[in-house]
This record gives sequence, structure tokens and C-alpha cells, in this order.
Amino acid sequence: MSPSEFLRVAWESIYRNKTRSLLTMLGIIIGVAAVIIMIGISAGTEAAIEEEITGLGTNLVFVNSTFSRGGSGGGTSGMTGGLVYDDGFAIADEVIGVAGVTIEQGSTATIKASGVVLEGVSILGTTPDFPSVRDIELDTGRYFKQQEVDQKQKIAVLGSSLAEELFGDDDPIGQVITVDTTKLTVIGVFEEKGMVGDVDYDNRLYLPITVVFQKFTPSQFAKFRGDRVRVIYVEVDADANLDDVILQIELLLAKRHDVSLESPDFSVTTQQDIIKTQEATTAAFRSLLAWVAGVSLIVGGIGIMNIMLVSVTERTREIGIRQSVGATPNDIRWQFLTEALLLSLVGGLIGVFVGVGGAWLFGWASDMRTVIIPSSILLAFVSAAVVGAFFGFYPANKAAQLDPIEALRHQ
Amino acid sequence: MPEQTIIQTSEVRKVYGMGEISVAALDGVSISIQEGEFVAIMGPSGSGKSTLMNILGCLDRPTDGHYILDDEDVSDLDKTELAAIRSRQIGFIFQSYNLLSRTTALDNVKLPLIYNRDNKVSPEERVEIARRKLEAVGLGDRAHHQPHELSGGQQQRVAIARALVNDPVLILADEPTGNLDTRSGEDIMNLLHELHEDGRTIVMVTHDHEIAEHTQRTIHLRDGKVEKVIKNGKKHAPRNRKGGSK
Ligand SMILES: Nc1ncnc2c1ncn2[C@@H]1O[C@H](COP(=O)(O)OP(=O)(O)OP(=O)(O)O)[C@@H](O)[C@H]1O
Ligand SMILES: [Mg+2]
Repeated sequence: MSPSEFLRVAWESIYRNKTRSLLTMLGIIIGVAAVIIMIGISAGTEAAIEEEITGLGTNLVFVNSTFSRGGSGGGTSGMTGGLVYDDGFAIADEVIGVAGVTIEQGSTATIKASGVVLEGVSILGTTPDFPSVRDIELDTGRYFKQQEVDQKQKIAVLGSSLAEELFGDDDPIGQVITVDTTKLTVIGVFEEKGMVGDVDYDNRLYLPITVVFQKFTPSQFAKFRGDRVRVIYVEVDADANLDDVILQIELLLAKRHDVSLESPDFSVTTQQDIIKTQEATTAAFRSLLAWVAGVSLIVGGIGIMNIMLVSVTERTREIGIRQSVGATPNDIRWQFLTEALLLSLVGGLIGVFVGVGGAWLFGWASDMRTVIIPSSILLAFVSAAVVGAFFGFYPANKAAQLDPIEALRHQ
Repeated sequence: MPEQTIIQTSEVRKVYGMGEISVAALDGVSISIQEGEFVAIMGPSGSGKSTLMNILGCLDRPTDGHYILDDEDVSDLDKTELAAIRSRQIGFIFQSYNLLSRTTALDNVKLPLIYNRDNKVSPEERVEIARRKLEAVGLGDRAHHQPHELSGGQQQRVAIARALVNDPVLILADEPTGNLDTRSGEDIMNLLHELHEDGRTIVMVTHDHEIAEHTQRTIHLRDGKVEKVIKNGKKHAPRNRKGGSK
């Protein structure tokens, strides 16, 4: 019997039991589609994150406190080590090749304004360079100046969605909001920025960092060494040497903190480091996906094996008839193997369409990006075929070994 | 010129089961059938007629003894070799027709051609050959009917067309009229006689004495043994191997 005959017989059998075949293929369809959609999402997210991080300015350097992580509000604990507010100014003044420095100090608070009460809103104390270093523009109003920061002025700038929630269509500029117990005047609203990593820039309140130190994260420590901060963001001049700037920062901070470079109380990282971490995370996500894909394909394969066994039983008499007119065990084996393969390949093909369509739809309906990777389609397809062959073999063999007379007697 | 022997069995035994409960369905059957003969096999139910036919048709192997089909000892062939013999040499007609359901008469008749590996024919030729065989059994106008759209007699004629399609040296029919009314039974018998007159070798199981009497010989089986062989009226067909009509 020729391959085209096997294909024709297999196709007829699949086509004849459309519903059952479709249900059988469902496992493979879902497996393949899921693989393509998830790889698409992961690749899209990866691309988007990389783009966004780069969009922040490729020349961003992060200086992190390594001893007092998140401990700015920690009262008297941890008297030594960590970054302080004035380190930022020192870097801006003394390091050559620095375009801007911004310091951030976050907390959460309850905000009340014009009858609206929002709880657990994230508030961020920053410095005047923030919009430039973080690459975000104002929609209306203005950002605060160094003088206002120094004077601890009670002013605030709203993220775009926060402004919307608090004031709707009204103009927020000049309005007074109550943050916990402190009254602040709104002087500006940022334009939409979206998510960067897991931070929603649009749903935050921005205020002078000094106000945050004073009102929201007071610390005893501040009295003799200055206000402690977790991160200092340094924007490096486009034409400056990044490594050079990093070295200067390290030397400066080591001197200021009186620590050696071998055991510093801070760390300096760049965009590249962050992208690398991101890549490691994505790689972990990928291997998780591979497991999900593997499991769904195996489940799909077991489904195929199951239905092929049913099919062999149902068609025992047909097998007997074919044997009686000259079909060899190999003919019968190939017939059922072809059917299993075809089932999984058609399932795989449908899965590819569903997956590509699903990924596209997902990218279109959500603000997440999806990227279809051609090799993922190939991979999904090949796996489907392997699954079909593997799980089709046992039923096919069973069919091939049937005794002609017993098969003919089967009702 | 000596007659060509198509079937030669010697002391063929078929034992089902093992030990105490084993049943000898055939217990030393030695028969010989010449080319062009039309032989009937009779015997009470359970006497081993079907068992013998299955062995003669290479659907089954004897437990003991030898079976020489057309000068080839087929007693010890494996499943694949037996399948090749069935495809090449044998046309089997069953009591219950055994057509593929949901498959047209034409496709049913074509089926043996698909599994024929000696004589490869193109798909177009297959259709042509199958159509001619259907016409030969008087069903040219039913080519695209499925079994459930055909009467029992018509289904059996499709089965006969299928048995003929590879031009076998031997046609085996196990109670071919067993499921049919007298009228359709007569039609089928007429068809078989025509085939015989074309020079085919036919071995047929029947319970009907009248039908048996119209063949050349009747082999009576009882308890798995040949009880007697009786010569009947019909003349030997002219020597014309495989009937020539293709
Ligand atoms: N697969 C089997 N397993 C066990 N015993 C079997 C099997 N096939 C047939 N037999 C036994 O072999 C004997 C002969 O059976 P067979 O079918 O050849 O009879 P038969 O002459 O064709 O009968 P009938 O006229 O009813 O068709 C019977 O006793 C039967 O029970
Ligand atoms: Mg019988």
C-alpha cells in the first residue's frame, strides 16, 4: 500500500469522525497554541522591557545602598552604612561626566481630594532632575525646583491616572490634596508613561524628597548623618565614559562613607546589568513554558493513544477484512500510525493557527506586546508530530497483531 | 497432460486450546483439488468446515500437517507471507459478505488491488479494473452505492467481484448463500457456475444438498475428518487457467 493510500484512508477515518477527531486533537491544539502564545508573550514582554529600559536613557547608573535596604524608616537601627541624601549632591558636584542625579524615596499614603479618598497610593519623593533622568514629560504645570526641595515646600505633581482618579476632567493644578495629614498643592501632572518593570508611573504621587523625609519616613539617623536613601539615579553624559564615571562614583562614595572598595556599603549597577537580570528571569520563564508545553503535549498524546485504541477496537472487523484481502501486518501498522500522525499534525496545524491568532488577539486586546517567533511554530509542530508517532505506535502495533479470523468474527 | 493440482493437504490438523480442554477442529484432513474443479464441502455444524476453509484461504495455519497451494508449501509461512499469498492467489467469499461499511461498492472491489504488491496498478487502472469486475457481476450501475444501500444478494455479488479482482487461482466461498433467500441464492450460484465455466477453481461450503449436487464433488466432513467424497453431476470446466477474463 502506498503512502498516499495510507494518507487517504487515515484522512477518511479522521474526517468521518469529525467531532471525535477534533476532541482528540484538542489536547494537541491547546498545547501547541499555548506554546506559541506564551512564547509570543514572553518574547514580546522581553522586547518591550528592553525597549523601555533603553528608553529611560541608556546612560543611567543606579547606585544602591547595600546595608540599609528599605530601612530608611527604620528609626535608630542600622546606624552605619548606606547612602544618604547628600551623597546625591556630592555625585552631581564632584563626579565629571554626570548629566543629572535624582534621588527617590518612596512610601505609601492615603490621599484625599475633592471628596475622593484613595488608600495605599504610592508616593515618591524625588529631586528636580527626576523628569530628565527618568525620561518623563509633564502634561500640564511644572515640576519642582531645587529651591522648593530645599525649602520642603508642600507641593506635588500627579501621575496621569492618579490625576484622573482624583479630579476627573477638572484641572488639578492649584488644587489642594491631603496626603495622610499633610496638605499639598498640585503644581503639575505628568503625561502618560505606563509601566516600567513592575512600577506604574501613572498611578503615583510625586513630591519633593525632603517632604517625604520629614513627613512620611522620619528617621533618627537623619539628625547626624543626613537622610538615608535607597537608590540614587545618575544620568551619565552621552559622551562620557561609563566605566570612568562608575569608578569616580565608587571612589567618591567610599571616601565619604569611610569604607574600602573591597567591602562597600553601596553598589553601582547599569542598565546592562538590569537587562541581564531580566534575561535570566525570562530564561527561567522560558524553561517553565517548556514544561507546560511538554506536559500539554504529553496529555494530548495520551488522548491520541486513547482514541486510537478505541478506534482499533471499533474497526477490528475492518482490519480483519483488510487482512483477508491481503493487508500485511505492516500495512495495518502503517495505516494506524499514519492516522495518529495525521491527527497530531492536523491538531498541530490548527494549534499553530489558534496560537498565532491568539497571540495577535492578545497583543491587540491588551497593552502587552506579543511577538511570533517562527522557530516556536516549527518547534510546536515537530513536537506534535513526535507525540503522534510515539503515542500512535502502541495502538498501531496492537492493530497489526490482530489475528485475521478473530478480527473477522468481531462484531 | 496431467491435471494441475491446486490444493493438496496432508494430514492437516487444527487444535484449539491446550491440554485437557483442547478441541481438534480438524483431525487429519488430506484432500486434493485440481485446477478448474468446483468442489462443495458439507458436514454438520461444528464439523470443521470453516476451519478448513480458513486454512485453505491462508487466513489460518494448520497445527500439524502440510498444505501445498499451487505447488508451494504454505503451512509454515509467517503472517506477512500469508498475507501476500491471500493477496495473490485467493479470493474469499464469506457468508456475511464482509464488505467495508460506509465504503462504496467500487471502493470495496478496489481494496485487494491496493494491497497487491506483485502487480502494481495505477489508481486510474484500479478504478477501471474494479468497475469491470462490478459489471461482470451485474452491478455496473451500483458502483457508488454503499453496502447498506444494497440488498444481501447485491452485497454478495460485490464480495464476489472483490474476490475476483486480483485474478486468484482459487476461489473459496464459506456458505455464500447462507444469508440469502432462495432467489438471490440462485443468482449467486449462477454467478459461481459462470466463474467455474470460465475455468476458475472453486471450493464452497454449503448446507444445501441440491446446491452441492450441482458441483463436481462433495467432500463430507464429520468431527474434523473427511467422512466421504461423492462425485456429482457437473462436468469439469475446460482447462483455461484463471478464466482468462480480466
Ligand atoms: N477460535 C476457536 N477456538 C476454539 N474452538 C474453535 C474455534 N474456532 C472453531 N472452534 C471449534 O472448532 C470446531 C469446528 O468449527 P467450525 O467453525 O470449523 O465448524 P463449521 O463446520 O464451520 O460449523 P458451521 O456449519 O456451524 O459453520 C467447533 O467445535 C468449534 O467449536
Ligand atoms: Mg462455518
